[in-house]
Amino acid sequence: MESLESASFEPLRVSDRLARKALRNTKERVIEALLFAAAGVSVLTTVGIVWVLVSESYHFFTVVPIWSFLTDTMWTPLFADAHYGILPLLAGTLTTSLVAVVVAIPLGTTIAIYLSEFARPAVREAVKPFLELLGGIPSIVYGYFALIVVIPLLQLLIPGLPGFNMLGAGIVMGIAIIPYVSSLAEDAMRAVPMSMREGSYAMGGTKFQTAVRVVIPAALSGILSAYILGVSRAVGETMIVAVAAGMQPNFTMNPMEPAQTISAYIVQVALGDLPHGSIGYQSIFAAGLSLMLMTLLLNVAGHFVRRRYREAY
Amino acid sequence: MVGNIAMRSIDRPDRQAATPTAASVAGAPNAHARDARSLPDTPPVKAAAENFSFYYGQFQALKSITLPVYEKHVTALIGPSGCGKSTLLRACNRMHDLYPGNRYEGAIRLLPDNTNLLDPAVDPIEVRMRIGMVFQKPNPFPKSIYENVAYGLRIRGEKSRSVLDGRVEEALKGAALWAEVAHRLNEPAFALSGGQQQRLCIARCLATDPEVLLFDEPTSALDPIATASIEELIDQLRQKVTILIVTHNMQQAARVSDFTAYMYLGELIEFGRTRQLFVNPVRRETEDYITGRFG
Amino acid sequence: MIPADLSGIQRIIRRNKRRDLIFAIFGFIALLIGVLTFLALFLQMAFAGWERLTPEFFTSFPSRRAGQAGILSAWVGSVLVMLVTAVSAVPLGVAAGVYLEEYATRSLVTDLIEINVTNLAGVPSIVYGLLALGVFVYAFGLGQSILSAGLTLGLLILPVVIVATREAIRSIPQHIREGAYALGATRWQVTRDHIVPYSMPGILTGVIIGMSRAIGETAPVITIGALTFIAFLPESPIGPEFPWLNFEWLKSGFTVMPIQMFNWTSRPEEAFQQNAAAAGFVLVLMTLAMNAISIWIRYHLRKDIKW
Repeated sequence: MESLESASFEPLRVSDRLARKALRNTKERVIEALLFAAAGVSVLTTVGIVWVLVSESYHFFTVVPIWSFLTDTMWTPLFADAHYGILPLLAGTLTTSLVAVVVAIPLGTTIAIYLSEFARPAVREAVKPFLELLGGIPSIVYGYFALIVVIPLLQLLIPGLPGFNMLGAGIVMGIAIIPYVSSLAEDAMRAVPMSMREGSYAMGGTKFQTAVRVVIPAALSGILSAYILGVSRAVGETMIVAVAAGMQPNFTMNPMEPAQTISAYIVQVALGDLPHGSIGYQSIFAAGLSLMLMTLLLNVAGHFVRRRYREAY
Repeated sequence: MVGNIAMRSIDRPDRQAATPTAASVAGAPNAHARDARSLPDTPPVKAAAENFSFYYGQFQALKSITLPVYEKHVTALIGPSGCGKSTLLRACNRMHDLYPGNRYEGAIRLLPDNTNLLDPAVDPIEVRMRIGMVFQKPNPFPKSIYENVAYGLRIRGEKSRSVLDGRVEEALKGAALWAEVAHRLNEPAFALSGGQQQRLCIARCLATDPEVLLFDEPTSALDPIATASIEELIDQLRQKVTILIVTHNMQQAARVSDFTAYMYLGELIEFGRTRQLFVNPVRRETEDYITGRFG
Repeated sequence: MIPADLSGIQRIIRRNKRRDLIFAIFGFIALLIGVLTFLALFLQMAFAGWERLTPEFFTSFPSRRAGQAGILSAWVGSVLVMLVTAVSAVPLGVAAGVYLEEYATRSLVTDLIEINVTNLAGVPSIVYGLLALGVFVYAFGLGQSILSAGLTLGLLILPVVIVATREAIRSIPQHIREGAYALGATRWQVTRDHIVPYSMPGILTGVIIGMSRAIGETAPVITIGALTFIAFLPESPIGPEFPWLNFEWLKSGFTVMPIQMFNWTSRPEEAFQQNAAAAGFVLVLMTLAMNAISIWIRYHLRKDIKW
């Protein structure tokens, strides 16, 4: 193509020009098709996820009635007397996520307000990379930290706390998701136009009053979707709970007890060597489907929150 | 252009020689206020800039401005873009404190207590609670109409519903908005038209009884009809409050103000009674600007 | 009531400012909790694992005796898996981002792709593991191999690369494109000669952040069946004879750093916890280094581009 273009300055005949144009157009079309195919891979990924989860779960649910999956309070798929009730795993997932959210939302929001409205630009620039690093630490490392550092500390405060528990796992998980919550919430607050803040400052509002009464209401949609993302991270988080929360299904919402989450169960089974096609193998896909539905629900909720509360500045 | 600048630099020594204090501004305005002084009935001074200079980092945006603002009258600041009129206005309630690297020199005094608004010991929040400001683009808060007007009272800690109701109604009436919004006080402020939003921003200030109201080109984002209603409102407000308005529209300055200051490149060129300044300006630069020969 | 006098205003301001101060203190404490956690975690692993951080630790296979165990197979596995991840995710992600920004006209299909990318970013990583288990390991028959793991992590970071590419492209002003089109360039020429080169710092930042996430991912790799005890290395990717490349390693079994750490963490003996600390320290250093590179790119390469 390049050689054609730089070939000569003699005028080309009409037929040559048409041939060049045709070649160029073909090349452009082929490239566009390739790029489109690349974009299509992401759709194929989703299709693949849905297909795998649904088809394997379908086999699972031909053996285990959906009703008992949803209502049985025992999850003992590897025992001789197998029970397949998702409730204990669900309780574990919800409890650890709840603890994490109780840690991450107040701290994450406070950090976001502080960085967006209070901190001098120099402080903000210095601290943000640290938060990014906190968000980039592998979750297995957090799991180790929860088990080796945080739970022993908690045991000093709460005598009789077991060595694996949902409280310690949840707290560390909360710290792990602070960066997601704080950085998205801060982005939302910084997107609030300065003119709106000036309106409040011009009336004698303090930083805190301006933040709470003007900036937060204006950035509400972004802040709420930051929270939802945080929750969805907590629900899907695996290694921290697999390491520190214990590996026995336990139908309780008491964070002081050990329990297993949906994601930790999948890890437990994968670590063993269950034959392809067995009911145990299929059970992890049913568990994965439940997890996927929960996060999908949260994503959809986030989508509507953004729509519902979107402010036209 | 070159001639103008040369002339001003020749004039500068005179003006610097006369460095009046607030008291002297009140009693005997400086050289550039000479036609105001020539009138026997000059109203009392509410605020005054004294040798006020302002710097954005290294850049000097305002050069030794001395200017009185008379109580319960409208003073307009005019001049071409970049002349520093908005900078001066925003200094009056310390808006520049919000951004780093800004520096004040000299004083802006508020009477009768003779507080220097720029004194580092004076809290900018105190200044802003005493002086209201209306911005170029209406900037209502993302709240209901009612809460927008009540905001100033809320940040002062007022909680009594009946007090709030009363003040909100009074302020909305004062801003000529009550009739239009009385039945929908709980609707979001963004639902209002541009002109209504700007009157809401005025009501927001009125609710806390400011001593001075600053207007920063309040109609530049509005259509002619909304502009007319804001101008009419300013005309009514002058009976209750001292007003300082920046406008790039000379006709507007002529219509609404009692006194006018013409600024150019960070300096105050001329100050006087509006009528006199427009009909019979003392300085050539002022005449050139108001007759549209440059600007 | 609203005090009209100055002292009343000053009293209100004092009260309001007290609240400001209290919040500022809270904000500072919250930040400290974040920063101190990071330091505590890093230093604890450094101190606990210090004795184990010898050269032999990097050149030994795992062992039943904690004192002789090392991370050789783990770090080699991580490097090879990352290689597959980068080779699969970067071209696909950049191409998809370019398509969505430069080629796609708004239609139902592109809307669908966009929503899809957003949702994929929110899918828990363990679900990608299940996808890979069902599709790569069994349906495609790739087995529990480096190739399966690399592709899985590639899909996992695909949304990160796509979003980074799109953001970088979006920040290129329209007049740059118009300038090139005005000279008669085709869409692909504009993309290849201008859009992609100018958005490179942003794309690189996104790629590195995605890779640093992938290198620490444990759950999806466990799910496809990575082994936790590997005492051999895959075949070398560089062969002894023409064409000097060897792809046998792609089919090899493997372990990776985070799985090795998980394995040691879940053992009760103190000595293995030490190994876990040492492995964790190395792992965090790896992710820190990658993050540092991306931060450096963001501040230095981007600074050179002024529109």
